[in-house]
Amino acid sequence: MANVIKLRKGLDINLIGCAQEQLLPVKPSKEYALVPDDFTGLTPKVVVREGDHVRAGDPLFVDKGCPEVSFASPVSGSVTSVERGERRKVLRVKVVADEQQEFVDFGIKDLAGLSADEVKDCLLKAGLFGFINQLPYAVSTRPDTTPKAIFVSALRDKPLQGDFEFELKGQEKDFQTGLSALAKIAKVYLGVGVKQTAEALVNAKDVEVNVFDGPCPAGNVGVQVNHISPVNKGETVWTVEPTAVIFFGRLFNTGKVNLTRRVAVAGSMVKNTGYVDVLVGTPLQDILADNVKGGCHVRILNGNPLTGIIATDETVLGAHTSEVTVIPEGDDVNELAGWIMPRFNDFSTSHSYFTWLQGKKAYNLDARIKGGERHMIMSGEYDKVLPMDIYGEYLIKSIISGNIDSQEQLGIYEVSPEDFALAEFVDSSKLPLQKIVREGLDILRKENA
Amino acid sequence: MSLRNYLDKIRPNFEEGGKLHAFKSVFDGFDTFLYVPNETSKSGVSIHDAIDSKRIMSIVVISLLPALLFGMYNIGYQNAVAAGKLADATCWGMFLYGLLALLPKILVSYIVGLGIEFAWAQWKGEEIQEGYLVSGILIPLIIPVTTPLWILVLAIAFAVIFTKEIFGGTGMNIFNVALAARAFLFFSYPSRMTGDSIWVASDSICGLGYTLPDGFTMATPLGQIAQGVDVNHSVCDMVLGLIPGSVGETSVIAIAIGAVILLWTNIASWKTMLSVFIGGTVMGLLFHSTGATPIQWYEHLVLGGFCFGAVFMATDPVTSSRTETGKWVYGFFIGAMAIIIRVLNPGYPEGMMLAILFGNMFAPLIDYCVVQSNISKRAKRAK
Repeated sequence: MANVIKLRKGLDINLIGCAQEQLLPVKPSKEYALVPDDFTGLTPKVVVREGDHVRAGDPLFVDKGCPEVSFASPVSGSVTSVERGERRKVLRVKVVADEQQEFVDFGIKDLAGLSADEVKDCLLKAGLFGFINQLPYAVSTRPDTTPKAIFVSALRDKPLQGDFEFELKGQEKDFQTGLSALAKIAKVYLGVGVKQTAEALVNAKDVEVNVFDGPCPAGNVGVQVNHISPVNKGETVWTVEPTAVIFFGRLFNTGKVNLTRRVAVAGSMVKNTGYVDVLVGTPLQDILADNVKGGCHVRILNGNPLTGIIATDETVLGAHTSEVTVIPEGDDVNELAGWIMPRFNDFSTSHSYFTWLQGKKAYNLDARIKGGERHMIMSGEYDKVLPMDIYGEYLIKSIISGNIDSQEQLGIYEVSPEDFALAEFVDSSKLPLQKIVREGLDILRKENA
Repeated sequence: MSLRNYLDKIRPNFEEGGKLHAFKSVFDGFDTFLYVPNETSKSGVSIHDAIDSKRIMSIVVISLLPALLFGMYNIGYQNAVAAGKLADATCWGMFLYGLLALLPKILVSYIVGLGIEFAWAQWKGEEIQEGYLVSGILIPLIIPVTTPLWILVLAIAFAVIFTKEIFGGTGMNIFNVALAARAFLFFSYPSRMTGDSIWVASDSICGLGYTLPDGFTMATPLGQIAQGVDVNHSVCDMVLGLIPGSVGETSVIAIAIGAVILLWTNIASWKTMLSVFIGGTVMGLLFHSTGATPIQWYEHLVLGGFCFGAVFMATDPVTSSRTETGKWVYGFFIGAMAIIIRVLNPGYPEGMMLAILFGNMFAPLIDYCVVQSNISKRAKRAK
């Protein structure tokens, strides 16, 4: 029987438009792109030129600070452009796909005979190593770090997130291989939700399975780390997104880099919700095609409404993105006297609204902030949705004031921005907490380098 | 949406370079009160809880209304009792008299306080913060009805500028703004804040109420105790609030209605509120059993500003302890301290204001200790 960890703090936000368990058709795209910004903390060095031909698995860019970490092209084709933004920052490397896909053959490997270093080496050569993240700093990790443990959370419980069990269907063997490969490097902890029953999850081999019973953010890998093996100063844990585990498994089972993932298409402004099987780097416009409702301004998100990034016409499916969501933008809504009206259609944790009376009603929330930014006024708001042994408010204050000693003491090494997403949602002072945490982590990383 | 269109039409006047740019903060303040701002998030979470500080402050003001309305009635009631004309006075007449007596104070409080807030926000180029909406109604409720308007103006100006704005505005202040205004009055104009002659309105207004003879005095129950006189009010009157005192503090029932609203909406911490009462009870029992105070512990809780302070002032989230454990300590400290000052200090019949200000001062220290225990746990784990 797996270890069950009960969490009481948190908040489930029930939004209209959860993905139905159906596969939606999607046409192959002409052009794909890989975005360095998807790999947090990375300074990219592009290793291809416009016009070069690459195969799926050939590197498009490498980490400037650690060139052995490369990032594989999701498709074979010719590089059309390397788009740069301000100060020549690489925004994306675009590849027009060949009709006939060619894959680099890395060779089928039997895990039984591989050592930890050989597993690492395989991932590095195939350009997949960068999919591994780490705590502290919540960045893409480097091969010279030695993790005390590796954490995989198979529980997706943020609003509008898909169900990993549906993603896993047909991929069980690759998932298990991926887990076994990671287990060669360090002890692997697999976190699953209390409602997840798939054999490949609850009876996964070579890993310790922990069941998390509680509201969102129980699925956050950072929360799971905090409850099982918190990160102390000087320690590192690796965190791997479950789909990346499937990518790793495919590499060892087939010898190919295949970045196909099953992505949820959800949200109140989607006509027909469901899942699509697409490659990392597929333009969101192709994924959504004619599937977005009209009638009001919409916001397309590369991710879920809590942590997703606002998409533009250029946006492609992120390397760590497991859902594409569409919600109303809300900038065309004018709501009278919000400070006193009952506002039955608005969601709030405060009893000054009537969410508490409306049971499990699903809400259609838009992107309005619904208030002005203030100093922290109410106390204890963050702690109610942060199931970690951390004083969130004090940590945020120490980050704002730039006090590094105090940040360390208060446990900044254990958190990632997504852990503060719910706190940012409930915050009555409307502070941009995820941004504050990200900037704090970046400064700390620079100072400690 | 014609109002919306009108606001959008006049907005350019308030922007940089517009004729009325000096009133931009005021315009924004009114605009965001009329309509929920439809600015959308640019980074971070794309959805937000509907709660904001305007809603929170509005709920607190609503929770103060029962105490405010009863306070108005009680002003008229005390005036009629003092004149010996209670039998002739009508309920509405007494309320109307109280309304007329209190309205100038409420208006002065909001005009001076919000005026300073607006000017400060404009000067700093910030949005107007809503904190003063609550302070502005609290201040008239915690002073005697006879307080002259001109010293009220000074007290409010002092409190808003020196206990709030210079610290950075709502959310950054160390001391409760309304109590700071009262403390200013208390120490600068003691004869207007303590004694026997200030608790009952003594002039008739617009033909309403009764003009009392010069030199009329009526002490509050706590004042009587301090003078060693027996209290001549029943516990029933103390709970109903038909006793002399600061405007809003007398009725336990009206305050209890406010407490229910604050607790139900989770705006006030039940931990702080409960532990203030526990602290007061413990000290009340202790002093009564040793004979240091002639009245029962429960009389201590229903008299003076104890209930009002516990419900509306100690629970101010900005100046109280912010950690959950800290709230227990903070509340107990205030409750106990209030009774200690009442009983042991010969100079002050009432101790709630000083206890809460004292609590405000110690809140960061209490939180420091609580947070430090988390820090040491983490440090120990790392070894």
